[in-house]
Amino acid sequence: MKVGIVVFPGSNCDRDLAVAFEQAGADVTMVWHKDTSLPKGLDMIGVPGGFSFGDYLRCGAIAAQSPICRAVVDHANAGGYVYGVCNGFQILAETGLLPGALLRNANLKYICKTIPLVVQNNDSAYTSGYDMGQEIMIPIAHHDGNFTADADTVARLQGEGRVAFTYGDNPNGSVADIAGILSENKRVLGMMPHPERAADAAHGGTDGQALFKSVVGAVFGALQDA
Amino acid sequence: MKARVTVMLKNGVLDPQGKAVHHALTALGFDGVNGVRQGKVIELDLAETDAAVAEKSVGEMCEKLLANMVIESYKIEIL
Repeated sequence: MKVGIVVFPGSNCDRDLAVAFEQAGADVTMVWHKDTSLPKGLDMIGVPGGFSFGDYLRCGAIAAQSPICRAVVDHANAGGYVYGVCNGFQILAETGLLPGALLRNANLKYICKTIPLVVQNNDSAYTSGYDMGQEIMIPIAHHDGNFTADADTVARLQGEGRVAFTYGDNPNGSVADIAGILSENKRVLGMMPHPERAADAAHGGTDGQALFKSVVGAVFGALQDA
Repeated sequence: MKARVTVMLKNGVLDPQGKAVHHALTALGFDGVNGVRQGKVIELDLAETDAAVAEKSVGEMCEKLLANMVIESYKIEIL
């Protein structure tokens, strides 16, 4: 299974994400943001955390309009897997691949700590390694993670099982405690917390490992069946 | 020709920065402030000379990049 990680000026979790995917058994290629097309044969794209383009205008807004993001949107629209973490989630929301938007944290503070998440969906490729309702400890590190969407959108996300994770103790004011959401086909996941920072014993926690193992396993399994 | 775009959070979208500014104003003794909403102003220097064409074009810029229509609204002034 091949994963491409998009690198923007200001990305700072790209290598962490690459290591987490590699440890789960994927082949990883880094993709520079100025490229207009993706390397051939990618099964999945990772959009990493950081501060792409200095968060100018709005977090993720400039990155979402970069040439490579058009290719990422095409990949997702063709049924490909796309995984956005933190700034990556903000970018996916700005492209419109995922609904809603991420506002400044309600307490206006940058929050960097390990917090409990509750697994709300375990029938996606990303989350099948967890139990429903399982509490996992995952680090967050963001200033603009306050997920917002109108009431109809939130109800639709909840009704369709597209809320992947909620916060155990809402740190940032996100509507309905939402920490991560899936696309309609459940192949695009965006989340503010950083599972790639809890994917090795040296990180002080390994609760994020199951996400990478399950998505790599699911996509690899699907490739073998094809 | 210049255009000024004002981008504001839509009504109903929580504005924690506006709330913090409100709080600070109250702390300074400005009691008569009922609410504060914070937005941003973007000035564009345009080659276009036809105001109507310019306004249409800036509208497209707003929809595509300058505002996030999920949470923000915009107002265009041609100067």
